[in-house]
Amino acid sequence: MTVAALRGRLLPPALAIVFAVLLCVVVVLISGGSPATALSAMVTQVGEGTTAVDIVNSAAVYYLAALAVAIGFQMNLFNIGVEGQFRLAACVAAIVGGMLTLPPVLHVIVIFLVAAVVGAAWAGIAAVLLAYRGVSEVISTIMLNFIAIGLIAYLIRDDTFGVLQGNNISTQPIAPSGAFPGISLGGGGTVFGMVLVSAALGVGYWFLLGRTRFGFELKASGISSTAATAGGVNARRMVIIALLMSGAVAGLAGLPELLGRDMAYTLTSPAGYGFTGIAIALLGRNHPVGIAFGAVLWAFLDKAGLALDNVGIPREIVLIMQGSIVLSVVVAYEIVRRWDLAAEQRRVAAELAPADADPGGGPAAQAEEGSVRS
Amino acid sequence: MTSQDAVELVGITKRFPGVVANDDVHLAVRSGEVHALCGENGAGKSTLMKILYGLQQPDEGTIKVDGTEVRFRSPADAIKAGIGMVHQHFMLADNLTVAENVVLGAENVAGIGARAKARIAELAGTVGLAAGPDVLLEQLGVADRQRVEILKVLYRGARTVILDEPTAVLVPQEVANLFDTVRRMRADGYTFLFISHKLDEVRTIADSVTVIRRGRTVGTVDAKEVTSRQLAEMMVGSELPTPETRNSTVTDREVLRVQGLTLAAEGGERMLLDGVDLVVHAGEVLGIAGVEGNGQTELVETIMGMRKSTSGQLQLVRKDLTKATTLERREKGIGYIPEDRTRHGLLAPQSLWTNRILGYQSRPPVARGWLIDTNATRKDTLRIIEEFDVRTPSCDVLVAALSGGNQQKLVVGRELSGQPGLLIASHPTRGVDVGAQAGIWDVIRDARAAGLAVLLISADLDELIGLSDSIKVMLRGRIVADADPSTVTPEELGAAMTGAGAAA
Repeated sequence: MTVAALRGRLLPPALAIVFAVLLCVVVVLISGGSPATALSAMVTQVGEGTTAVDIVNSAAVYYLAALAVAIGFQMNLFNIGVEGQFRLAACVAAIVGGMLTLPPVLHVIVIFLVAAVVGAAWAGIAAVLLAYRGVSEVISTIMLNFIAIGLIAYLIRDDTFGVLQGNNISTQPIAPSGAFPGISLGGGGTVFGMVLVSAALGVGYWFLLGRTRFGFELKASGISSTAATAGGVNARRMVIIALLMSGAVAGLAGLPELLGRDMAYTLTSPAGYGFTGIAIALLGRNHPVGIAFGAVLWAFLDKAGLALDNVGIPREIVLIMQGSIVLSVVVAYEIVRRWDLAAEQRRVAAELAPADADPGGGPAAQAEEGSVRS
Repeated sequence: MTSQDAVELVGITKRFPGVVANDDVHLAVRSGEVHALCGENGAGKSTLMKILYGLQQPDEGTIKVDGTEVRFRSPADAIKAGIGMVHQHFMLADNLTVAENVVLGAENVAGIGARAKARIAELAGTVGLAAGPDVLLEQLGVADRQRVEILKVLYRGARTVILDEPTAVLVPQEVANLFDTVRRMRADGYTFLFISHKLDEVRTIADSVTVIRRGRTVGTVDAKEVTSRQLAEMMVGSELPTPETRNSTVTDREVLRVQGLTLAAEGGERMLLDGVDLVVHAGEVLGIAGVEGNGQTELVETIMGMRKSTSGQLQLVRKDLTKATTLERREKGIGYIPEDRTRHGLLAPQSLWTNRILGYQSRPPVARGWLIDTNATRKDTLRIIEEFDVRTPSCDVLVAALSGGNQQKLVVGRELSGQPGLLIASHPTRGVDVGAQAGIWDVIRDARAAGLAVLLISADLDELIGLSDSIKVMLRGRIVADADPSTVTPEELGAAMTGAGAAA
């Protein structure tokens, strides 16, 4: 990769983060706190208790959700439905996992498959609507989010698949054979084993996009569906496959917590990862490494931000920071992209200037010139 | 230059990276006339109109309206100066009424109440719109919609109306009605700028005609005195390329056979292709002549499998490919230089070597099974750069940074990779500089000598006659005439293209 390309990738997020930090410094100053205190409280927090492990665990979940969004983005599809896909997938996977009694490894594999299939199927509704009926996936996936929430509420009622536990309703707990083993760090907490699965999926995503025919067809369809069609890519098929894959990965996003900690899906199971995933995919520019960086940054802000309350600074400052990072990163990428393209055009023109003095078409060029100038 | 000129464009030049869209164009439209602007697609008509309508700013040159120099920064400025544009693709809301469509965005002219309706009713007579102001637009046919569009620009105070290919969407009877309206409005003092490449229509309706070709004004003529042939000649150029010893390399080995190929317009009974038969042999360049919009684009896209033919058959080297997908056709040996490289040929924001993959993602050297062989692809891209003289510092440069000619050379080089048996070259030298054009011609000649079958579609008759071994003329989706390029003159070809007579 050339220096210019590297700069094109790294400069925008760096600028965006600097800008977001400056904005937060101003906000902290206005609210009467000290930015230095806030930062040191957040950094110190990472070393406290299980915070470091919490950050890693959260980042793994965010990473999966963001990968799901990024697969769609590669094809110019905006899968806002990652939220509904991951929650419904986690719920159904918990129900199936809780009902089955299987040997350890197999149990986990079955739960994985169920989650991926449910996520893909839920996204598949939007895919079919888009490919055959032209319904915008933005609209359909948003609506499917609401339907998913309603469906989950029905599925975990105590007269369907749920059981009453205290004043919470949850699915039948999954037997220990279905747990995904974590890496215990003693007092530091337990790192989800799914962190490794997330990383592996990231590598797979990178390989798929950069090295395979399918990845090329996906990217080509996203950049120009007309050129892709002329190049022999079946655009309708790509739409369906991309959304199914996006949904399948989204389906896995609920599993780290389900199989690493909760072992059952409850009314209070976490939500919102789908939307966080959109922000992180934007921040990471759909690049597997960029997304990893974004996921860790996001998780750091989330978890370390809890310490801000202790030093008397409102912790909502973190939300301002997250929001302004995403907003400014989008702007910064566009500015740098235009600037780079103009610079490259100038560079190409400059390098070729001497060569262009020669018409370069041989005798034929001179022979034909007259007719063209007429 | 007289004060009678409603609109005058002087020395308009507009450059885009790698191509000059308008080069010192002059156009003077007298007040109260119908002035036609002719030229093939890509000649620079639309750029010129965008400049006149304030959508783009010229790099050089001035615009005068009623003798006063003006600068349009946006269409709003143009409208203020009394210039209105009726786009080829209507900009109307189906679920609003006629009156609502007209008033939308022009609420300050006469409000949105009774005063506006009265004004609309008055103008409806002028444009010959029978439908009342409260009729929902979705109930109107194409011809009436067009009248609503004209009404819209008049409502905004236009005295000069630009009609962008207004007859493209109309049936003959509607065209006649539209022309009646235009004549009546001309009598009322309105000025029209009529953009078209349908020569007979231009001669029917226009008072004077300005022709542009390759971004330059060829000339302005009196529509009453010019013939369709002369216009066609002005549009596509008449000078033949320097005669060359034409060694026929045509063999009797059939490469492409198309039989009864028919394509119906989507949702309509209009035929875009109507029983097209043609055969291209190895070593032969078959040229397709025709005024643009007569089915050439559809023919190419149907042969490539990008459109599904309604009926008919397609064979490549005696293998039936009628049902094959675009990729299968490419794999079987069809190379394709599309008429619009940015839409159909290239991924502009990607590197040169990534673009080498497009269309070849399933074959060596680009692919190994399901994997893309990056190294081999880059190496082969360097070969194309070398062999086809693509001027670029490296194969990592983004395609968008190259000039049009170099982009086209990359496409040509790519489409001749992988030993194709048939090359479909659709306007292969459109929008490229002179040097690249000659280079591409050489490439096509060499490929033909090496036994490639070439289907050449071009609007440039010089190119067509200079390169082809035989020529077929298309008109309204049919092959209407054959011509021998060694004897046919551009005039004869032009006449056949307009349906005025048979060539050679």
